[in-house]
Amino acid sequence: MKFGIIVFPGSNCDHDCYHAVKHVFGQEAEYVWHKSTSLEGFDCVILPGGFSYGDYLRTGAIASFSPVMNEVVSFAKNGGLVMGICNGFQILTEAGLLPGVLMRNKGLKFICEHTRLRVENNESRFTSRYSGGQVVDIPIAHADGNYYADSETVARLEGEGRIAFRYSTSDGSVSVAANPNGSISSIAGILNEKGNVLGMMPHPERALEGELGSLDGRGVFESILGRVMP
Amino acid sequence: MRARIYVTLKKGVLDPQGKAVMGALGSMGFNEVKDVRVGKFMEVELDGASPEAAEKRLRDMCEKLLANTVIENYRIELEATSL
Repeated sequence: MKFGIIVFPGSNCDHDCYHAVKHVFGQEAEYVWHKSTSLEGFDCVILPGGFSYGDYLRTGAIASFSPVMNEVVSFAKNGGLVMGICNGFQILTEAGLLPGVLMRNKGLKFICEHTRLRVENNESRFTSRYSGGQVVDIPIAHADGNYYADSETVARLEGEGRIAFRYSTSDGSVSVAANPNGSISSIAGILNEKGNVLGMMPHPERALEGELGSLDGRGVFESILGRVMP
Repeated sequence: MRARIYVTLKKGVLDPQGKAVMGALGSMGFNEVKDVRVGKFMEVELDGASPEAAEKRLRDMCEKLLANTVIENYRIELEATSL
């Protein structure tokens, strides 16, 4: 598969994503500068983490008007796979590809730690390699990961199986104590209606190699690739 | 022409920054403080147009970029032009 990794001014996980795709999974990968106006030839587009435009105004707000975002929107409309991680998730909500918004963490602090996530939907293009209810260890690193949407939207996400991951304890129970940032309904990652766009605050690309303490992010990439990689 | 734009969190949206500021004020002895909401204030200079046209454009700016209407309200004030 050929992956495009969008680079906004201020992206800083673009290299992590490139490394994941290219070196860990042996796929084709290319950086795409945010001023690019074509995504031709890509099978999957990743919006990486970072601080695009310095998080000015609101996280992801200014990046969502970068020229490449028109292409990302049509790429997604045509069924292409789009994954936004951390700042990428924030950009996808600002661009209207995913509902809701990511607000300042409940505790106001930047949090960088391993979190446990419960896989809520294991039938999506991004999560099919996990088992339902599986608890995975994937790290977060953000100050604005407090997912918020109105109650109707949350009910719709829930009803349509569009909540991909929830923060949980290691035995899979969802509680206020296991919710690091105050996200409504402990939401850590969501899917769009068609299931071809995923946004998540945790970083699966940082949980692919034993040296980094967890291999649990592999499931996301293996699901995208449709097979288990050696 | 100059406009002032106020972006505030909608009612019911939790404002952790406001809560922290309120806590600090309380600990400083300002015990009468019942609530604090933190918002944004922007000044925008713009060319020419009539106040009506300017307001329409500013509204568009707020809807598209300056506010996220999922969680925020906005208010526009046009400054009277100096003659």
